[in-house]
Amino acid sequence: MSSSALRQPMSLKALSNGFLAFWCFVAAFPIIWIAVMSFKTPVDAFDSNPFRVIFGPHTRANIGGLSIIDIILGLALAWILVRQAILWLPGKVAEYSPDGRTGIPWLIGGGVYALASLALLVVVLPAALTVLNPLLGPLGTNILGLTTGHYEAVWIDRGFTRNFANSMIVTTGVVMVSLTVGTLAGYGLARSDSVIAFWLLVVALVFRALPHSVLVSGYLPYFITSAEWLAPIFGDGAPTFYGKPWAIIAVLVAINQPFTIWMLRSFFLNIPAELDEAARVDGCSHFGAFRRVIVPVMWPGVITTGLFSFLLAYNDFLVTSLLLDAQNMTMVPAIANMFNRETTASDEVQAIAAAVSITAPLFVLVLVFQRQIVSGLTAGAVKG
Amino acid sequence: MKKKTFAIFVGPSVFMMVLFIAAPLLSVLWQSFHVTQPVYEQVEVEICTPGLLGSVCTTEMKTRPLLNDNGKILTETTFVGLQSYRNVIEPDKLRTAIARGSWRDLMNIRFWSALRFTLVFTILTLPLVLGTGLLIALAVNNTLQRIKGPVIFVSLLPFIITPVIGALSIRWLFLGDGILTAGLEWWLDRDIAMFAQAWTIELMMYIYRVWHVAPFAFVVFYAGLQTVNNDALEAAIIDGATRWQRLRYVIIPHLMPLVIFLTLIHLMDAYRVFEEIVGFSASAHVISLQWLTYEFLLQDGTGARAISRASASAILTMIGIAILLGVPLRRVWREQRGS
Repeated sequence: MSSSALRQPMSLKALSNGFLAFWCFVAAFPIIWIAVMSFKTPVDAFDSNPFRVIFGPHTRANIGGLSIIDIILGLALAWILVRQAILWLPGKVAEYSPDGRTGIPWLIGGGVYALASLALLVVVLPAALTVLNPLLGPLGTNILGLTTGHYEAVWIDRGFTRNFANSMIVTTGVVMVSLTVGTLAGYGLARSDSVIAFWLLVVALVFRALPHSVLVSGYLPYFITSAEWLAPIFGDGAPTFYGKPWAIIAVLVAINQPFTIWMLRSFFLNIPAELDEAARVDGCSHFGAFRRVIVPVMWPGVITTGLFSFLLAYNDFLVTSLLLDAQNMTMVPAIANMFNRETTASDEVQAIAAAVSITAPLFVLVLVFQRQIVSGLTAGAVKG
Repeated sequence: MKKKTFAIFVGPSVFMMVLFIAAPLLSVLWQSFHVTQPVYEQVEVEICTPGLLGSVCTTEMKTRPLLNDNGKILTETTFVGLQSYRNVIEPDKLRTAIARGSWRDLMNIRFWSALRFTLVFTILTLPLVLGTGLLIALAVNNTLQRIKGPVIFVSLLPFIITPVIGALSIRWLFLGDGILTAGLEWWLDRDIAMFAQAWTIELMMYIYRVWHVAPFAFVVFYAGLQTVNNDALEAAIIDGATRWQRLRYVIIPHLMPLVIFLTLIHLMDAYRVFEEIVGFSASAHVISLQWLTYEFLLQDGTGARAISRASASAILTMIGIAILLGVPLRRVWREQRGS
């Protein structure tokens, strides 16, 4: 907006920025607050005085905490690590991927870097600080109560690692299958103007509106008895679908299909049709054109759609809680179960720690893929 | 593209959707008219208890489920017509409630109270989400270029968070003497228990939903604001339009297609309200239609699931969404035809 006539009075600017600050506070507060609570003993976590929740006097007195020097050094190290990740890591990755394909080098480089950072922060720094703290007098005394006990209880004693592994199996499966199937369909729909294609899209939109409980009531009886009605075909080895992660993957892929094909179609519409037509003139078949010309340029759209498939599978409660047994439970229904039992205050904080554990990967996801998520949200809306 | 190539490209996706969406729909419809139950037989059993003078024996008629050759409980499926629907909507109680004109009686029937909540929830949160989203979009559009990125990042957090966890995180702020309850008590100077009565839980569910979905509306509106025609705005200024008039007559009409898009998506998603009930443990006070189906699908004390009633409630839920979406969709359809 260059025009001077559009300039706004001070009061309006202050009002709008004030509202924005308020919104940011409201948006972030619950998430930050449960993260703070998860590190305190129940007495502190549910205290009515916010400062006691933040500083955790009960936690500090009974378990331990952080001194000023701990906090300063910790933050400094974290800041250096993040800076290095932004400034130094991309160059290093590019160096080891001469042909310009940065996918796998990023995966390896990023993984190694993340592990090294974690080791520095969790092992090396605390070890150094136990030596340093007693030497520094008042700077070295604990001021902030902090305990990682609830995380240990959740991940080690309660076997949350198994739920995490199940979540990973289900989400990876859903993302892979749904992208493979959806990409083909999205491309086909984008390059066809037949009546069938139009009606397919309309039907997909109708399916998009279906409440998931409707579908689950359709599956449940058949999933439980699948060993019986599959017996004539597979004999005694007929599988029971109920409780199997791969059955859940199939269900979630199907539920996600309408959304996936709409989104991918809108991305494919943005790739000019002249591109594959040129390849076809040069003698490629439709599949050849797809593989040689479209696949190399489709990744931004596919990654964005993959993010949303990931979110659907990761966040799902209804389907996974009804169709999986306790053995194969994913994280979200597991935490709801943990929480619905008669709970003591310490169970409650453990549930909070589990909730923060579930949220942390999503936080990183937004941090890394913010642009893709925004483009995905607007893809359907702006392009119709 | 030839029909055959098109079929191969679209085939796997269509196959998945037919097998896992269309087929279950048909089976739900079928299930809602049938009931599968164990077959019972009546047997005479003699129960003897050792008494003082020899044992005392009584004979009783007992019902027990029949077993098949493999030792499994034998079941039979019978056509019951609309019985399952009657079990869900409970027409007798409905009639008495209406005859007595008692709203409270009506709300004691689970289906009708679920329908009431689902509809109020869907309709009430719609303007709140659109309004909040638009306000944030206008404010972000107005602010410094440098802080737009971080603001969008923070705004995405409520949207991206797992719904159950998001609801739980807000619940934890209020739980027991949680800081927000304590803050409200201090402010209003009275005792507050947020989870003791239905209306406070309901209020929190509305607030949670707006918090959760407003970022989506914001991002969509924000993208729309980037394409507002500057010439039109300047022309409006020359014509002496005030700031409010420019918003009302230039910007909002420009965003209208997005409003329709968001309305459709919101109607679909809010009608499915479910995770809030889990997160706020609201099922004793307030339930939604999806929750009703979910409850029927859960195992009861004897390990049985009310599949038939769940199917009936699912079909009714579907009829509801069809009516709800029918109105705006028909408008969109007519406009598309007209243009």
